[in-house]
Amino acid sequence: MPGVPAHIGAFHTIGVDQLQLLLNALQSRGYRTIAPRIMDGAIVYSEIAKIEQLPVGVIDRQDGGTYRLEKVPTSGYFDYVVGPQSLKGYLFPPRETLLKSVRKNGDWQFTVPPVEAPPLAVLGVRSCDLHALAIQDKVFLGGPYVDPGYQARRQNLFLVAVNCRRAAATCFCHSMNTGPAARQGFDLALTELSPDFLIEVGSPSGGELVAELQLAPATPRQVEEGRVISDLLVAELQGRAAKASNEVSAPAESPGASGTTPPIRERFLDTTNIHGLLLGNLEHPRWQETAERCLACSNCTMVCPTCFCAAVEDVSDLSGDNVRRERAWDSCFTAEHSTMNTGTVRKTTASRYRQWLTHKLATWHEQFGTSGCVGCGRCITWCPVGIDLTEEVVAIRDHDGAKARNEV
Amino acid sequence: MTTVLEHPTSASPWLSHAAHIVAIRNEVPGVATYDLVFDDPQRAASYRFAPGQFNMLYMPGYGEAAISISSDPTERGFLSHTIRVAGNVTQAIARQQVGGHVALRGPFGSSWPVNESRGRDIVFACGGIGLAPLRPAIYEVMNHRADFGRVIVLYGARTPSGLLYTNEFDTWRAKDIEIEVTVDIGDPEWHGHVGVVPLLFYQHRLQAHRTTVMTCGPEIMMRFIVFEALARKIQPEDIFVSMERNMSCAMGFCGHCQIGPHFVCKDGPVFNYRQAEPFFNVEDM
Repeated sequence: MPGVPAHIGAFHTIGVDQLQLLLNALQSRGYRTIAPRIMDGAIVYSEIAKIEQLPVGVIDRQDGGTYRLEKVPTSGYFDYVVGPQSLKGYLFPPRETLLKSVRKNGDWQFTVPPVEAPPLAVLGVRSCDLHALAIQDKVFLGGPYVDPGYQARRQNLFLVAVNCRRAAATCFCHSMNTGPAARQGFDLALTELSPDFLIEVGSPSGGELVAELQLAPATPRQVEEGRVISDLLVAELQGRAAKASNEVSAPAESPGASGTTPPIRERFLDTTNIHGLLLGNLEHPRWQETAERCLACSNCTMVCPTCFCAAVEDVSDLSGDNVRRERAWDSCFTAEHSTMNTGTVRKTTASRYRQWLTHKLATWHEQFGTSGCVGCGRCITWCPVGIDLTEEVVAIRDHDGAKARNEV
Repeated sequence: MTTVLEHPTSASPWLSHAAHIVAIRNEVPGVATYDLVFDDPQRAASYRFAPGQFNMLYMPGYGEAAISISSDPTERGFLSHTIRVAGNVTQAIARQQVGGHVALRGPFGSSWPVNESRGRDIVFACGGIGLAPLRPAIYEVMNHRADFGRVIVLYGARTPSGLLYTNEFDTWRAKDIEIEVTVDIGDPEWHGHVGVVPLLFYQHRLQAHRTTVMTCGPEIMMRFIVFEALARKIQPEDIFVSMERNMSCAMGFCGHCQIGPHFVCKDGPVFNYRQAEPFFNVEDM
């Protein structure tokens, strides 16, 4: 019989073999279990039954417009970082029926279909995505209206977080205060030590599971070992800004040498006064320069874990008597997004890119009291032309029109 | 600007409610007013709205359209919507006859600051169908006429045949409301002003400290009304504009109607100019 539930904040250890017991326990509680798997050359979330299905010994190389998996036998169970998917699609599905209308004898009957919210457990969630989830909670649950589907799925979610041991070049969670260590918003959090995992309890239901599996309490040394892993990564990420400014002041030793590839840009974002910076530069020439590369393809908004725009459309059968109102993911990069009967508001790619970036990094603060960016870097990796929002902010900061106007 | 805290009480905010058309008035070519009554008498009895708020009218198979309510807020018998045929949904509504069905959910959005303007002078400056969202505010003022100072309606349309609600103007004048009407292009019978609405505004002497301006119409018209009002030292907080954007969920979920930090559907459509100013004159915002 399970003992007393482990308290929130308690650290235990869990062996690789016991991870399977964790999966089993979740499944026996009725949870569908999802974890990172490899599909079409990328890490995606998928159903998992056996812990051996986790992609062990794999890391990802990410850069603007580039994503490659690499086998590194010395790496562990979770040493890749974020793939194209986040939790978004599980709570805010890409397509969902909101209303059903049936016409009988000329009268319409409207019903809201029952929400499908089977209990879902996700293994391997990173800190940036936990923060993204908290941001989407504000959108769908925090205002005067509550989205019933999102709410039901959110309540039936069990999250096993993983603390990152490495970062991709596109990661900048440290700049957004969203990682790399998971601090809250999880039921359980794993840190891979060797050979076992440290497991931290984040909720009462997480504590019950730890008790049920009779996991051994972690020793102070193991807890310290876990903390050091996160601290080292924080230090590495925080060193990026200094490293970048050194590279600028000491240019490459062999200028003009052909065949040398430039070093991969390790991302960070200076968020100082970013709200004033972006809104003070709505007419900056950079918007147009970026628009000349931007394909307005919407990839950035699709992979973004916080983007919430959706179109609501009617889908009818041939008789016209059975109509569904469906919500589907939409993007501010399309013309339809801002089109009214009187015309399209954002007619240019420049105005759409400006809308996306100023919303994400600036006006989100007024709307939801937080940035809309968690520093996961997906929009950089999955942009087909490698547009990098951290670079865009630097470009605007370097030629800050608002500052220039004030100095005149 | 007052946000009405009375939200739809249904379990799901996405649920539309069946209503039927009890009267249709053809106003001007392509524009008609539809008086709607909820099929459910309880909903009909409990529904309240504030001037400037809108409903999402739903024609199954076509979709929803955000249409402001144009009837008197104290009218309990029906809800009027003055609709210009512009897209699929409004075309589908226009094919309906008395007794036909239109579903709706609402009311949504912010409202004109009628209560906040008691004891003050009010200028309503509107163009074209922009008079429709202001009509409930005008009715509200008429219902409590003694509580307000000077009340001026400045109204313009492209042509005399495009002017809305002209048959009501005598009733309004009888309630001591000054109405001035202008058209862009006159016709042989037209003996009134020719020119844009801001020109009417320009001709008025106003007491800036006690005047509230509420404007609704094409953005270009509102820009010049705001310009004229500011030029007379009317405070940005006392100038109210009604923004039009692509509102498709009305609850701040879908993201389509954003302008700067504002969701026009739930933070607007009525904004005071202090809020709207940073984004009002930015191209393609």
